Amino acid sequence: MQFMLLFSRQGKLRLQKWYVPLSDKEKKKITRELVQTVLARKPKMCSFLEWRDLKIVYKRYASLYFCCAIEDQDNELITLEIIHRYVELLDKYFGSVCELDIIFNFEKAYFILDEFLLGGEAQETSKKNVLKAIEQADLLQEVSHVG
Amino acid sequence: MSDVVEKTLTALPSLLSLDSQPGSAKLSSTSKLGNLIRGITELTSKHEEEKLIQRELTSIKDQVSSPNTSMRQMKELMVRAIYCEMLGYEASFSYIHAIKLAQQGSVLDKRVGYLAVSLFLNESHELLLLLVNTVLKDLQSTNLIEVCMALTVVSQMFPKDMIPAILPLVEDKLNHPKEIIRRKAVLALYKFYLIAPNQVQHIHNKFRKALCDKDPGVMTASLHIYLQLIKENSEGYKDLTASFVTILKQVVGGKLPMDFNYHSVPAPWLQIQLLRILSLLGKNDQSTSEIMYEVLDESLRRAEMNHNITYAILYECVKCIYTIQPKSELLEKAAKCIGNFVLSPKINLKYLGLKALTYVVQQDPKLALQHQMTIIECLDHPDLIIKRETLELLFRITNGQNVTVIVEKMLDFLRISKDDYTTIDLVGKVAELAEKYAPDNEWFIETMNTVFSLGGDMMQPDIPNSFLKLLSEGFDSDEEDRKLRLFAVDSYVSLLQSEPNKLPQRFLQVISWVLGEYSHLSAELEPATVMTLLSKLLDLKHTSSETKSWVLMAMTKLCEGGVAISVAQDIYETHSSSMDTVLRQRAQELQHLSQDSELRGRVLPRDAGLMPLEVDSSLSFLDGFVSEALAAGAAPYKPPHQRQEELAQAKALSLEPYSLSLPISMSSCSIADRQSPTLMSMSSGLSGDSTDLSHKGGSTTLKLDGVKRVWGREGYLAQREPVEETAQVEVPSPLRSPSQQAEADSTQSQTPTPTVTPELEQDKQQLASSLFVGLGSQSSVCLMGKSDPTPQRFRRKAQGRASSSGASEKTPTSLGSTPSPVDNLLCNSLLDSNLVSEPTNQTPQASQSLDTTNGNCHEELTDVKENNPSLIHNNEEPDKPKDLCLSSHLPTELSGLSHSEITPLCSNQSVNLSACHVQKEDSLQLVIFIFNSSDSALQQMQLQVDSGELKLSLITDSPVEEVRSHSVAVCHYSVTVKRPSVHVEVLGMLSYQLPGGTPQTIQFSHKLPLTTFIRPLTLSTEEYGSMWLAFSQDTKQNLTLINDDQDPLTTTLNVLKKKLQLHVVEIIGVEGIVACQLVQDQPCLMHCRVHAGTLAVWLRSPVPDLPDCLLYHCQRALQEH
Repeated sequence: MQFMLLFSRQGKLRLQKWYVPLSDKEKKKITRELVQTVLARKPKMCSFLEWRDLKIVYKRYASLYFCCAIEDQDNELITLEIIHRYVELLDKYFGSVCELDIIFNFEKAYFILDEFLLGGEAQETSKKNVLKAIEQADLLQEVSHVG
Repeated sequence: MSDVVEKTLTALPSLLSLDSQPGSAKLSSTSKLGNLIRGITELTSKHEEEKLIQRELTSIKDQVSSPNTSMRQMKELMVRAIYCEMLGYEASFSYIHAIKLAQQGSVLDKRVGYLAVSLFLNESHELLLLLVNTVLKDLQSTNLIEVCMALTVVSQMFPKDMIPAILPLVEDKLNHPKEIIRRKAVLALYKFYLIAPNQVQHIHNKFRKALCDKDPGVMTASLHIYLQLIKENSEGYKDLTASFVTILKQVVGGKLPMDFNYHSVPAPWLQIQLLRILSLLGKNDQSTSEIMYEVLDESLRRAEMNHNITYAILYECVKCIYTIQPKSELLEKAAKCIGNFVLSPKINLKYLGLKALTYVVQQDPKLALQHQMTIIECLDHPDLIIKRETLELLFRITNGQNVTVIVEKMLDFLRISKDDYTTIDLVGKVAELAEKYAPDNEWFIETMNTVFSLGGDMMQPDIPNSFLKLLSEGFDSDEEDRKLRLFAVDSYVSLLQSEPNKLPQRFLQVISWVLGEYSHLSAELEPATVMTLLSKLLDLKHTSSETKSWVLMAMTKLCEGGVAISVAQDIYETHSSSMDTVLRQRAQELQHLSQDSELRGRVLPRDAGLMPLEVDSSLSFLDGFVSEALAAGAAPYKPPHQRQEELAQAKALSLEPYSLSLPISMSSCSIADRQSPTLMSMSSGLSGDSTDLSHKGGSTTLKLDGVKRVWGREGYLAQREPVEETAQVEVPSPLRSPSQQAEADSTQSQTPTPTVTPELEQDKQQLASSLFVGLGSQSSVCLMGKSDPTPQRFRRKAQGRASSSGASEKTPTSLGSTPSPVDNLLCNSLLDSNLVSEPTNQTPQASQSLDTTNGNCHEELTDVKENNPSLIHNNEEPDKPKDLCLSSHLPTELSGLSHSEITPLCSNQSVNLSACHVQKEDSLQLVIFIFNSSDSALQQMQLQVDSGELKLSLITDSPVEEVRSHSVAVCHYSVTVKRPSVHVEVLGMLSYQLPGGTPQTIQFSHKLPLTTFIRPLTLSTEEYGSMWLAFSQDTKQNLTLINDDQDPLTTTLNVLKKKLQLHVVEIIGVEGIVACQLVQDQPCLMHCRVHAGTLAVWLRSPVPDLPDCLLYHCQRALQEH
């Protein structure tokens, strides 16, 4: 996977994770272009897009769009499931997640993502194990807060 | 679950005011971040937001730089800085503090610090060097969470040069008792492999260990590395096929713990990864493919549930089945799968179905026929993505008969597409089809006119280039050429007369060139008329100065006769004072040549397109001028890369604390000469050449064509073939033969068609018949095995325009694979049972023991070599004696030279193919022996070889077409390297026919190490010095020093010299310089220095990838020593 973007229906970026080195200018340009393209698509349309030499796989959950860029030979359907699994993870962690959870706790959303995908590849696909890893780190956090 | 997620969130502002919102329990709405976010939500304009964020950033900046800020506060500040950056505001001042936080914070602060670093920086950012020590420390920590964090950041980004510093620690983690650590370590190694494969190539045995890990998660992670390794060199990992198959079998059979299930499908990610690996391994390899047939069948069968995830697996399975050597039952099932996808009401599946069809359509054109009505519907689909994919599919099935309909559809799409990337791609495809299949001149010129108008100025420059080339080189018949050119001229004149201001620049350039060159062909066209039309272009507001110079060039060719000369005079007057020097020069030329028609005749001879011209590419005629300028005190010329390097050296960070293993300075001989002006002037010719070389890879620019009369025309010869092809294009027959009709009709009736009004239906059927014409006949001929001229054309095309499109590249596979399943099944049935039964017995333990026996990569390679012949050993008992007699068949010119061992390539019941090579000074001579082991003669034999990296030319005068029973035919090729790669491979296919039998094909691939192409390059230290500066591709690395006597450097270099045929130029103290070349004339220089017990080498070459490849072989050579 090359990158993952989360943005709202209003086009506000909520999360961005880049797995390929790009300049900030490039990132901004890509984000702007993609947000525009994806938001312009109608609900019944295909979840896949050909964009430059990449493929974009996106899915809308409530007011949030999850959008991944993959290479040509990658599997589009499994990428849709990666998105879905990530949403499931967020949902489990926050307890029925909503956009606000992600806005106010975006660093947590990043931690979960890093535990699930590493360097653009699925690292741990078991929901239980991902959350276990996150909770252990969180627990440490609580302890040191108290201490 | 998704219902829960998909709850409405429209009441955003009202939610914000409620602190006790469920789910927002963890919201820190009282925190500063909360305030910031709330503040932004309340704002109404972008301008206000900007002001607010700037204020926020100033406050963050003040606080982070204050010494009183605690790490805990710092963490909070970082989160806010990340938020600001996400909104698109730069907070680069905080980057260094993020690193500090990761370094100094407690575990919880560190976590945010590392996160901020991974979000702020990318792997080329120089600040990342400051993270190295932190990572080192955390990797050694006893706290698991710290180790995890360090590994996580390392797997995302790490400075390439610093990998050796942490590599041993990461390797250690592969033995860690916790699987999460092992898994992350494997992914870190994967990252290292991606950014610097050389650095980790010695630990391939560790990858094997990871593959055999008892935790399936770690094993899954290791597959990322294997996929990458196998992508690059599938030959080296064939021995793992059985293990991969076993793993997949266990996964599919549900042997993994429930944790790995996803929506009750066992480890789908793992399954897909394995399928991708298998398809790479089985490609072009019958025996390996056979190992996987059973498990593929099983996967297809198991994936039944109606869920996206099973479709994902099915799709990958289908791709794999069509990639490996075909097996008819599997193909049938896969075809059915594709059908289900295509017919699915779910749009995502439909899209993938079309994609799969596109992928397989050349192997199996009948499949497209089956679904023709669906395809027609998709052509009018409201979603452009579907439409686009359908066009891609049609592009693959285009032939001489349906080209006009398909091109029309593509042009329709182009007219509505707004996406630049799509336009560029599609325009290129239309141009390719037009060149290949144009039914007549008018159509061709008109289609190209549309291409140029729609493609505008963003299309690939090679489209106008090859179009002009095609016009100028012509075909076999002069009369046809004349007609084509004349038609182009007429069409352009009428375009210019109507609305020239709407035409894109590139098109105007093409028009001017053609008019300048060929308008004399038209009898009724006065040069003056053309001159006037052209001169109007000069007055247009949008005309670029590049176009203007094309126009002026064209006018220079045309200015003949009184009126024309006076037009030329006018033009001269307006442009002789132009600010643009090029235009001024062109105007001058126009003026002079219009006055002197005799001189014009000599400079611009008419129809001289095919005359070869001498070119002085080193610009040596300027040497006098250069030395004069230098004598007058001018600064010597420095190539751009050198300027950049000096700049970089001037402001580079000091690497001292980390430079344990990195040689930064290059103090001795070669560098000392850098500033000497005399040497520079001596080397000007050389550096000119080398830049030529390094630019060869790029596409030729449009300008080349404009000036080609002056600079000569090498390189065009290779393109001749496709041009000739266009000439032979058949005239489309409006009527189809009855048999084709019948076939098309019958398939139509099979297709389940939705209810549409009869009239509409008829339209669609008509469209279908015009789109799919020619397909039916092609496929039936293919299956019956008669020789078919159409694929032949593709084949030659593919060689002519090396890899211009994926379509033509794929053809060789499809050619060979369609007829083969039958005979393969027959001849290999014996082996089949052996191979299949073996892996089924294999348990993971078995594969583990297999892995430990060949622990490191050298053994692995030799293993493969030994294994290969043993597979065919049973029925090939007389292998050995044959070897001896084969060498007697070597061509006479090679008979005196020493040749490599004769290695078997492939065989079946009637032929044995083997090969050997002879190293000559300027090339590698490859000899392929075809031994006919059957009792009857092989007829209509044809051997085709191809390679992505190599250039092969046949030396044998006439290709052998027949081999008598039990005798040998020899094909002799001269091989040079086009593009260096660690291993280069020749793919080949032999087609033949036994008397009374059907045509058969057999495929093989032959791997040659790059070392067989390396020759010593003899030069002096001075020459070395000047070449060194001119080369732009470089690589640095440390190698092991052979430390067995007093002078390790000399010993090591001698080993390299002996094993790799390098030339040692000079050794001074602890430094040595070495040179070699890759045949033909691709130099590579190596500078070696003994440093801290290792050999620091720095390689440079004008050829991309060559330094890396050579380095790999040096490493191998020294390890083997």
